[in-house]
Amino acid sequence: MVRLATRIGRLTLANPVMPASGTFGPELAEVMDLDRLGALVTKSVTPEARLGNALPRLAETENGLLNSIGIPGKGLDAFVAQAMPEWRRFRAPLVVSLSAPSVAEFAHAAAVLAATPGVAAIEANISCPNLEEDGRAFAMLPETAAAAVAAVRAACALPLWVKLSPNTADIAAVARACEAAGAEALVVANTILGLAIDIETARPKLGAGMGGLSGPAFKPIALRLVWQCAQAVGIPIIGVGGISTAEDAVEFLMAGASAVQVGTASFVQPTAMLDVLDGLVAFCTRRGIGDVAQLVGAALPRERLAAE
Amino acid sequence: MDTAPSGFAVAQVACPVLESVAVGQRYHRLVVAAPGLAARTRPGQFCHLLCRDAGGSGPFLRRPMSVWRIGADGTLGFLLHVKGRGTAALARLRPGDALDVVGPLGVGFALPPTARRILVLARGVGLATLAPLVGSGPQVHAVLSARAPGDLMADEFGASSYDAVFDSDGSSAPAAVEALLRRRFETERPDAVFTCGSNRLFLVLQRLAAEYGIPGQVALEQQMGCGLGMCFCCVRDIRDEAGHISHQRVCREGPVFDLQQALAW
Repeated sequence: MVRLATRIGRLTLANPVMPASGTFGPELAEVMDLDRLGALVTKSVTPEARLGNALPRLAETENGLLNSIGIPGKGLDAFVAQAMPEWRRFRAPLVVSLSAPSVAEFAHAAAVLAATPGVAAIEANISCPNLEEDGRAFAMLPETAAAAVAAVRAACALPLWVKLSPNTADIAAVARACEAAGAEALVVANTILGLAIDIETARPKLGAGMGGLSGPAFKPIALRLVWQCAQAVGIPIIGVGGISTAEDAVEFLMAGASAVQVGTASFVQPTAMLDVLDGLVAFCTRRGIGDVAQLVGAALPRERLAAE
Repeated sequence: MDTAPSGFAVAQVACPVLESVAVGQRYHRLVVAAPGLAARTRPGQFCHLLCRDAGGSGPFLRRPMSVWRIGADGTLGFLLHVKGRGTAALARLRPGDALDVVGPLGVGFALPPTARRILVLARGVGLATLAPLVGSGPQVHAVLSARAPGDLMADEFGASSYDAVFDSDGSSAPAAVEALLRRRFETERPDAVFTCGSNRLFLVLQRLAAEYGIPGQVALEQQMGCGLGMCFCCVRDIRDEAGHISHQRVCREGPVFDLQQALAW
């Protein structure tokens, strides 16, 4: 037997495998048993209803995917009234991804979620544009990231995870700022900005122009970001970016992640999360590892491990 | 191999290819053994196909493909227009290779219970989506539109009663198709109409069906990511009964929509 229970701050998950926000919904219950997952993570909820971006919203790349969906949704009130009852059918802890265009709206929405039964944690998606900073993402700079995190922290007592963006000059500095502002875990990382052009029309392939790259093509970058953040902070890290196999997940754990999220892979293999989970158990069994937590940080520089 | 029911409404199954044959210049027919899927698939639904040839080559994402044939013998058939990397990889599959199928997906056609006679209007490979309506109960009359007689695929459609119209002789022009439909509506009024494959023909049928008070449905196509309703890539503008326009997912709320509620694309 391999021990899979995974502590992320105040939450203990049954296992370290969960979906990545934006690539998952209750619809997947038609294909697999969602109660086997360590946690469920919603699409980002925004205070206001949003239509989303112009089509096309996806562009395939070599071994990956560019997306610019634009967080369409009915808004926070509809989420609480309509989506939450559906989410409560499932057993795994529900992590609500929250995105907002200003610090004040982050705080207000966090307070609403804190008053909503069934929300186990908030994952603050600070990769969204900050309308008070010319549309630059909160996660680009340590100061703006910390402001959003501190606002959510002050507004609610729920476990708080913060999803970082690769689109920053110094992710370690952003990670430290979020930890100092009250983050209990970091989700590393969101998609990295990219572009694809239709050479017949000389226009970007995505309706919105740029988009976020995900999938296997992005994995080495995400893995590097996890490795950097793990050496910068003491709070748990949840690794995400291009994970489609158990071997990928093991790499992220060894780079310092305590848990992993699977996203784009579910589009290609709907049961990818369960394949990752089963493969993780098989890997540990083959290697004689009794607790999946033993893998966490195994590839980090030794001085870091000695310091713990 | 697709054998026992999994307990889940949607399954991912490696289906043995039974038949893989070029149809005319541009099209291809794939038939796979999929008894569990075939038993659950309804006309108008689609499957999400992993487009990898036997050597594993093909694009990253799956491709949505209408189910063209739902065999009583436990087979599923797909009729493809070979035009990109995904469909080219599918066309390279040979009998004995495996096709990775996720399905059945989406909301299929809803025949009015009292429908005795229906009319379908198909453009090009759009006839594949409509073909399972043949043999579903009502008597089917088809209007099939194609570039030229060599592209028609009337045999693939399977209806014995049809009119064929072509770009090559001008008979597929919207005005000509409208005249043809009007004659049909006047002499052998259908109880319901269905269309797929052309924005221009959809608009003609939508207008005439409204004028004659005939209910109808349209099967829409759209680029998809997950095929399951999670990624919100495949949305289209749909008008509800109150006239309010909103985004609906072609993979989830569709691909079949009410003829009057769908908007031109």
